[in-house]
Amino acid sequence: MDITELTSKRSLVSGSIILIILILLATVSLYSPGYTVVLLSAILMYIILTVSWVIFSGPTGYISLAPAAFFGVGIYTSAILGKALPLPIVISIGGLASFCLGLLVGALTLRLRGIYFAIFTFGLVELIKHLLLFWELHVTGTRGRFVMVVDYNTIYYLMLIIFVLLLLTAYLIRHSKYGLALQSIGQNEDAAAHTGINVTMVKVITFAISAFFMGAAGAIMATKWTYIDPYIAFNPFFSFMPVLMAIFGGMGQLYGPVIGAAIFTYLEEFLITRLPELYMLIFGTILVIAILYLPDGLVGLIQKLWNRISVRKHAYT
Amino acid sequence: MLVTILDVVIAGLLLGGIYALIAVGLSLQYGVARVLNIAHGEFIMLGAFATWMLYTMFGINPLVSLVICGPVVFLIGFFLHKTLFRSLLNSSVSLDVFESKSLLASFGLLFIIQNVAILVWGADIEGYSYLAFGVNLGGAIFAANRLVTLLFAVVIGAAFYLFLTRTRLGKGIRAAAQDPGTAGLMGVNINHVLALCFGFGALMAGFAGGLLSMCYPIQATMGLEYTIIAIIVVVLGGLGSIPGSFIGGFILGLIGSIVTYIEPSLALVAYYVIFILLLLAKPTGILGK
Amino acid sequence: MPILEGKGVTKYFGGLAAVSNVDFNVEQGEALGLIGPNGAGKTTLFNLISAALTPKSGTIRFKGENITGLSPCKICRMGVARTFQMVKVFPDMPVLNNVVLGSYFGMSPSMSSADAVREATALLEFVGLSAMKAIPAKDLTLANQKRLEVARALATNPELLLLDEMMAGLNPAELAQAMELVTRIRDKGITIFMIEHVMKAIMNACERIIVLHHGAKLAEGTPQEIATSKTVIKVYLGERTHAGS
Repeated sequence: MDITELTSKRSLVSGSIILIILILLATVSLYSPGYTVVLLSAILMYIILTVSWVIFSGPTGYISLAPAAFFGVGIYTSAILGKALPLPIVISIGGLASFCLGLLVGALTLRLRGIYFAIFTFGLVELIKHLLLFWELHVTGTRGRFVMVVDYNTIYYLMLIIFVLLLLTAYLIRHSKYGLALQSIGQNEDAAAHTGINVTMVKVITFAISAFFMGAAGAIMATKWTYIDPYIAFNPFFSFMPVLMAIFGGMGQLYGPVIGAAIFTYLEEFLITRLPELYMLIFGTILVIAILYLPDGLVGLIQKLWNRISVRKHAYT
Repeated sequence: MLVTILDVVIAGLLLGGIYALIAVGLSLQYGVARVLNIAHGEFIMLGAFATWMLYTMFGINPLVSLVICGPVVFLIGFFLHKTLFRSLLNSSVSLDVFESKSLLASFGLLFIIQNVAILVWGADIEGYSYLAFGVNLGGAIFAANRLVTLLFAVVIGAAFYLFLTRTRLGKGIRAAAQDPGTAGLMGVNINHVLALCFGFGALMAGFAGGLLSMCYPIQATMGLEYTIIAIIVVVLGGLGSIPGSFIGGFILGLIGSIVTYIEPSLALVAYYVIFILLLLAKPTGILGK
Repeated sequence: MPILEGKGVTKYFGGLAAVSNVDFNVEQGEALGLIGPNGAGKTTLFNLISAALTPKSGTIRFKGENITGLSPCKICRMGVARTFQMVKVFPDMPVLNNVVLGSYFGMSPSMSSADAVREATALLEFVGLSAMKAIPAKDLTLANQKRLEVARALATNPELLLLDEMMAGLNPAELAQAMELVTRIRDKGITIFMIEHVMKAIMNACERIIVLHHGAKLAEGTPQEIATSKTVIKVYLGERTHAGS
């Protein structure tokens, strides 16, 4: 469907690389110290948030600042239902709740210009936080909740499953006619509508799908925190990081956000211990620099350099 | 009963004055310079903390501080536009792309400025007392500092309105707001005007912050909520309409006061309900085009 | 029965009537021209037909069905396609993908993907862009981008094609090719409604012409009638020595 067909040799090579990486990831607890699993879970969490974000905001150019809201919904679903239902069901419900919220937000804002969408999603985290604070204060009488504890390995494998499902979904969307439609919406929405694409429907559903995965990730990660309250669950930081990782990594290819997420998760772990009072400053600065000088992200930069090198190579032959 | 209504209405106006100021500031930045500055609240916070610092460390009168901190915040905004946003403008193929990039850049700024503030002033809640005595108005008692805040907000708003309508630079700004291209052709130095508008927007935020610090406790994380309120007011008043933002500020202030009277913790929720209603019925707002 | 019918179509921008109480009929299989000075409301009328804008009053019917107020994607799928005065291609996509989107989404019921690609490739051949199928649309010349728009519009399997100033900005060689393309499109049985300023093109290609002025219908008739109408000459064509080129 994509005119730039991968030669079968290339796709065989990338396919095997991905398979090897997945096998390594699946067996990591056998050959690595416990801490690696924890770190990898965090990396997977950010990869899921970032790739989900890119699925919608990448091709359409509609900037969503809502990942924290969907992530938080997942977290709270886990907190509320975690003791009553088995974890896989809780995760699905968390994802579903975020999906529904995504449908709602999308239906409300995606009929309008992109700026309305951006600002609505920006305030969404605060809105839900305030609603929950009110709810907890007046209805349930508690502040925050305790979450049931789950062991690190289970968390890791659940994240891995969501990660694989997400990558599959992202790949299928990107290489289907809907992926093409999403791109067309980002490049010329009027023309897309006149070509028979139901642009609002495509946007809303894609947005909701991306929300699902963020919610599912939240539902899993909640079990890591034992105690959560609206301030912990609904933190704008979880909207900021996916955006930073996507822009820095590059949104052209699927592995751009993956690389961006991996780099910054590691960087975050590193900085939180060494320079805890400076890391927001550093990340904010990197985002601004990336917007200014890395329009296609790290992956785009590497591709440009690669092209330049291969042109030079051919020039000499 | 009448006293209560008066109480709520005046409280609404007091709140509205601040909202109007911050909304006009954001409207200048988005309506003219087309930057939806989601770090706007951080400039408010800067103004608040600078005023607090000058008062508690040097005993400088907060109202006098306005004259000191205002220009500083203005310069920061002006400089930011001349460097960062000008650069983004030059590298954007369309206005939509610029809007996205500048939104994201201001997102980065939000975290940068907040972190700097925490480094300099710490993350604790601070505050000071100034003009905290009560004034009796029609049976209800209002804090003098909040009345002064309203007064200043209205005066600043009026002064700015005169500036926009009577001075040459002001007319240039209005021209740029309507049609930057043609304004440029008519001899308006567009680059300059856009940066000035962004700076003025920051100035409004700085003023609002200084006035706020007189009346309420402040914290380095206070900015986000004010940014959201400013955004909702700007949408209510009409994206791109500066007078709309001013009026919208008072409307939202009144609504906020009424909701706070009924249920204090639901003010922001009420604002968002207004936002949702606007999106459903009239996204262009009251005075929007 | 006319394939497209408009009655009392009106659109205001603020206080200005961009289109004022316009009636029009497009007969099946014909080529109808729409001319008038700049600002006469021609593109606005197209925008009202394709639902890029909603009229303040009046109805528009396509094959007897009321299409006023429907969404652009619905109207496209019903069989009305258009090109744009300011070319709206998908710039960062290869030419083939631009067209295949039309095949994927513009028809109901929709095609399988293999068929869609085949159809799109055939259409590129039809408009003469086969050699460029892998090139990003933004790298095409203006004339080629216009042809790409036509191919994309045709991919949605229209019965009625609205062409908005397809000939603008073309040199004489490109103009001749474009006119020949219009003929070949008509040979497929597609009805054409075209806005043009290039008089030679429209006078030769169309059986009937509507003239708009200040949003209202000024005149309607055969090219011969229009070219000799005193009102039209006064308002738009100018003296005979200036009429067309």
